[in-house]
Amino acid sequence: MTNIVVFAKLVPDLVEELEIADNGIALDMEWLRLIINEFDNHAVEQALILKERTGGEVTVIAPQAEGVDEMLYTIAAKGADRVMMLKGDFEAGVNNHALARAFATTVQTYQPDLILTGVQANDDLDGAVGPLIAEYLGMPYIGYISGVSMAGDKLSAQKEYPGGLIAEMEVALPAVLGIQAGEEPPRYVAISKVRQMMKTATIDEYDVAELNTSGGVTANRMYAPEVSERAEMLAGDEDEVATRLVEIFKEAGLV
Amino acid sequence: MAANSISRSPSFTQEFYQSLFKVIDGENIKTCLQCANCSGVCPFGHVMDFPPGRMISWLRAGIFDEVIKADSVWMCVSCYACVEVCPKNIPLTPGLMTRAKEELLLAGNIPTELQSALEFSQRYGNPLGESPRKRADWAKGLETEVPIMRKLNRPVDVLWFVGDYASYHPRVQQTTRAFFKVLTALGVDFAILGPEESSDGDSQRMAGERGLFEMLAEKNAKVFEKYEFGEIITTDPHAYNAIKNEYPTLGIEYPVRHYTEFLVERIDDIKALFKGNGEMRITYHDPCYLGRANGIYDAPRELLEAIPGVELVEMPHSRTTSLCCGGGGGGMWLDGFQWEKAHVRLSDWRVKEAVDTEASILAVACPYEPPRFEDSVKTVAGAEKLIVKDIIELLAEAI
Repeated sequence: MTNIVVFAKLVPDLVEELEIADNGIALDMEWLRLIINEFDNHAVEQALILKERTGGEVTVIAPQAEGVDEMLYTIAAKGADRVMMLKGDFEAGVNNHALARAFATTVQTYQPDLILTGVQANDDLDGAVGPLIAEYLGMPYIGYISGVSMAGDKLSAQKEYPGGLIAEMEVALPAVLGIQAGEEPPRYVAISKVRQMMKTATIDEYDVAELNTSGGVTANRMYAPEVSERAEMLAGDEDEVATRLVEIFKEAGLV
Repeated sequence: MAANSISRSPSFTQEFYQSLFKVIDGENIKTCLQCANCSGVCPFGHVMDFPPGRMISWLRAGIFDEVIKADSVWMCVSCYACVEVCPKNIPLTPGLMTRAKEELLLAGNIPTELQSALEFSQRYGNPLGESPRKRADWAKGLETEVPIMRKLNRPVDVLWFVGDYASYHPRVQQTTRAFFKVLTALGVDFAILGPEESSDGDSQRMAGERGLFEMLAEKNAKVFEKYEFGEIITTDPHAYNAIKNEYPTLGIEYPVRHYTEFLVERIDDIKALFKGNGEMRITYHDPCYLGRANGIYDAPRELLEAIPGVELVEMPHSRTTSLCCGGGGGGMWLDGFQWEKAHVRLSDWRVKEAVDTEASILAVACPYEPPRFEDSVKTVAGAEKLIVKDIIELLAEAI
């Protein structure tokens, strides 16, 4: 039976204005609202599609954060067999290196055949989490995947390239895939089913004693894009603007 | 949209059929004459594989899973036109069509564009996907501060339930500000909930998401409980319908009125405030959830006729036969889906009728309508000069 494990995390929801914390190197978490990383949501969908198509079990693991219970119950209501939370001090300066190490340690007990995660997230400061997981587990990794089919211990994945190119790649299992898009959009699950799950499902917990952030990056300063005054707005009618534009091109030696 | 998780068991049809009896007057479905009035009057009946009457006949034949697999139920805009013409008083909109949507939704078989609105409602408390913290942002920049219950910290006569589109939609915010102006001019003691207010949930309920409706209703109930107020007033007929007819079934009971009912009672005070505003030929569109769903037809007309210089003319479809703008029952969030099926917008039909009356203004009383009708004004030939205004805007302009 195929054992599929998904790593999913909550990221800042851009519906709210982002604010910089007083220390000047991170986001202010107090007003931040968190939402499932969109690509991780697609990874969950892809896992459920694979399960429905070829059988197997889906386990979803997520690091502790405000709202992670709701996220995991929703995923359980969609059809995941097991949901699990990594418990630890993730708010204090965690990075993807630390998350990948914590996940890699935990996931080994499940003996996964296939690990799926979002190809990227809006809070990836130190690279995507997928390749790091693959490195720590000694597994192959393919990213930018938008379709997966499995046969025995082989897996065929569609990898997206720029310019509309798609490659079919075969990989031996176990492997890690970074999902760009599930084959279908993430499904809807009725609130009544989520509420039912909150009463019946259990979120397994795994204590992460120590977070090892080594290999990551250090933020020296976090700031909103600053306005520069290098842009010149051309005013006037079309002829005036065009004439001035040609002059500028000439001045710059472009024409 | 895979419908494979819908139960195919023979008992499914029976269970579904039985569930319809639980709706008020639900057992009337047994007396359906198959007259097809419902299917004929349905604004999208012509593109449905299974309009209400045919749904009932297949239900009776015990092959309902075929019906539920077809996605024609997502064409239903919950406008109550079928209920209005049914000679056997079958609750077709609140019963049959809504229950069918619920079954599809439970099976996860819903159009993607509807899915976003439902997810937004759950996450942010509004279907537009806006920040809940910005719910009172429509009041920014007004000369007078809009009183918010949490800051006011005292009982008020009127709790103004603003609603989703009235809070966030840039066009409808104009209506909201107009209502603020009128309430202030009348010296009404009122306040809003601001960021504490959540979607009333009624259109989500009619789109089949009962659980979400209950969740939103409970959130609002918790906030209502915190404060003392005499009654709730809203400019949104969907919020009005929810609080008046549906919240009580969840034990949430508060007196509520639509603004047209509230203002018509103060018509003499309003008249005293009017200045002349020129001659206007106006036609009025009855919103489904004010008219057919709640029987309020006269108050909006009385308000309009009270405005100096107004000549009120009726469209061929008015009062109980009013044409839906297309926004109800999830229609606000299914424009793309419904266009693909029907290649027509219901709001276009309505705007054509308004143009034929030679009125210069199409008056409305629901926040779904100004954006929908104004979109149609841009595309319907001959409608270029038609102005769409909520009654409250016309009142505010005349003061």
